[in-house]
Amino acid sequence: MTVLSALQTPRAVKIRRGLTLPVLLLIFWEVSSRTGLVDARFLPSLEDVFLTAKRELVDNNLFGELTASLLRNIAGFVIGSAIGIVFATLLALSRAADALVTPTFNGFKQISLLAWIPLISIWFGFGEQAKIVFVAIAAFIPVVLNTYEGMRNVPRDLIEVGHALKFTNVQRVTRIFLPAAMPSIATGVHLGLIYSWLATVGAEYFLAVGPGVGGLIIAGRERFDMALVMVGVIILGLVGFLLNRLAAAGEAYLLRWRVTAH
Amino acid sequence: MTPVHLRIRNVSRRFNVNGTTLTALDDVSLDIKAGEFVTIVGASGCGKSTLLRLGAGLDVEHDGIIEHDGKSVDGPSLDRGIVFQEPRLFPWLTVERNVALGLENAAFSKAEKRQLVSEQIALVGLSGFEKAYPHQLSGGMAQRAGIARGLVNRPDVLFLDEPFGALDAITKARLQGELQDIWATEKITMVLVTHDVDEAVYLGDRVVVMSPRPGRIKQIVPVGLPHPRERTSAELAAIRNEVLDILNSTNGETPKLATRPVAAKRPVATANHIHAAHRAKLAQPAFSTTEI
Repeated sequence: MTVLSALQTPRAVKIRRGLTLPVLLLIFWEVSSRTGLVDARFLPSLEDVFLTAKRELVDNNLFGELTASLLRNIAGFVIGSAIGIVFATLLALSRAADALVTPTFNGFKQISLLAWIPLISIWFGFGEQAKIVFVAIAAFIPVVLNTYEGMRNVPRDLIEVGHALKFTNVQRVTRIFLPAAMPSIATGVHLGLIYSWLATVGAEYFLAVGPGVGGLIIAGRERFDMALVMVGVIILGLVGFLLNRLAAAGEAYLLRWRVTAH
Repeated sequence: MTPVHLRIRNVSRRFNVNGTTLTALDDVSLDIKAGEFVTIVGASGCGKSTLLRLGAGLDVEHDGIIEHDGKSVDGPSLDRGIVFQEPRLFPWLTVERNVALGLENAAFSKAEKRQLVSEQIALVGLSGFEKAYPHQLSGGMAQRAGIARGLVNRPDVLFLDEPFGALDAITKARLQGELQDIWATEKITMVLVTHDVDEAVYLGDRVVVMSPRPGRIKQIVPVGLPHPRERTSAELAAIRNEVLDILNSTNGETPKLATRPVAAKRPVATANHIHAAHRAKLAQPAFSTTEI
């Protein structure tokens, strides 16, 4: 296959179109900072950003900062979504739990995540623990909402098949409710992953400065080093993009039994 | 005399719909012998599916006595298989694993279960499709998997609730033939509910004709022809006409709320085109040979 024809495949065309806007923005950015259209102190040139990224990566510990953020994110995400799935399953399957807890949860979810920060910092301090709690709450809410919805919509026909085949309560949950709700659970977990990454940065902003990409951005602002801020922002975007792709791939694998609609 | 396998004595079932009591089944009695193939036919609302669900133990809220091998039916049992109108396969499992669901709680070893599953899949003609997911199957293939799941535990009675109602005429005829073969090989009792008179007469040793509102047994017609049968034989046609006459004589009532415990989708059978000629010839006011 020649290079030219490789660029004509539907996938390549899709990628090219997706890249058009970011490339245009980059060009616009570079031109405006080079020509002095904007003050280079406010919007540093691409080259500046690149050099800063290199400096942070080689001389400073950019990789360590990123790892710190990611570990925090994963810890909070795993805790929040695991508790969320169990919690939502209980609510969906137990009438008593549903009547007791669901109204309260529906009130709870209306509260802005950021409103929790003062409470969290008083209860858990400003350290790692507090940040992970914050991230976990961010993941918990979409996971609960979607899991609950999925469990509630399990077809009655299939529940009856389980009844006819003498399924135990455990089999009902593991063989019918969980797999039938899996598309919704996957949506919730996917959203949870995105929210928890946003919350990771939020926690690093609003709770005490420690290692992490959020801390890097704050340091950039304090030193008036906009190139450093830009490096942080670009990393946040890239990681978010990659997490999203990862979640989509996981979802596609788990739900491969579904009719695929392209 | 073969012993009574399923005993249904003075069974009534009432439903409460918006404060009014609807009688779905009114004082129904029916004895089914071991190894017998009984078909139940009637218009919608005659309680035939209700009766089947009661027999299978999916519904236990009834008056009267229902016994299977002398034991009262107080819930589902693995000795009683059931096949629904919709195949009701679990979309996230392959054919093989769907069929294996029937053995989930059976006392077989892993190797025996594997063996049983592959035997059943072969029996219903799905060999080669073990790893397929339900969305990859045609309607007829999916229903075959549903039948295999109902049979895999070697129940001694199989209940079938309009199992071919949603299939096209050609697939339907083929599956009817195959079901008859399975019945002959496995020698189990079969109870099949249908609204297709041809099907009832072709498959049943006895055809139980029910009348609606309230659901009662109108008459039981013995078929008395050896299996496998010739669809076009004159004897079969005569019995079919007799069943149709009985059905039409039940046709006075005005339709009311259909009484079903679970609201299920019931697509109308799609066999019209093939049997249109028949229908025109017979010119029956309410019941065609195919559908009522």
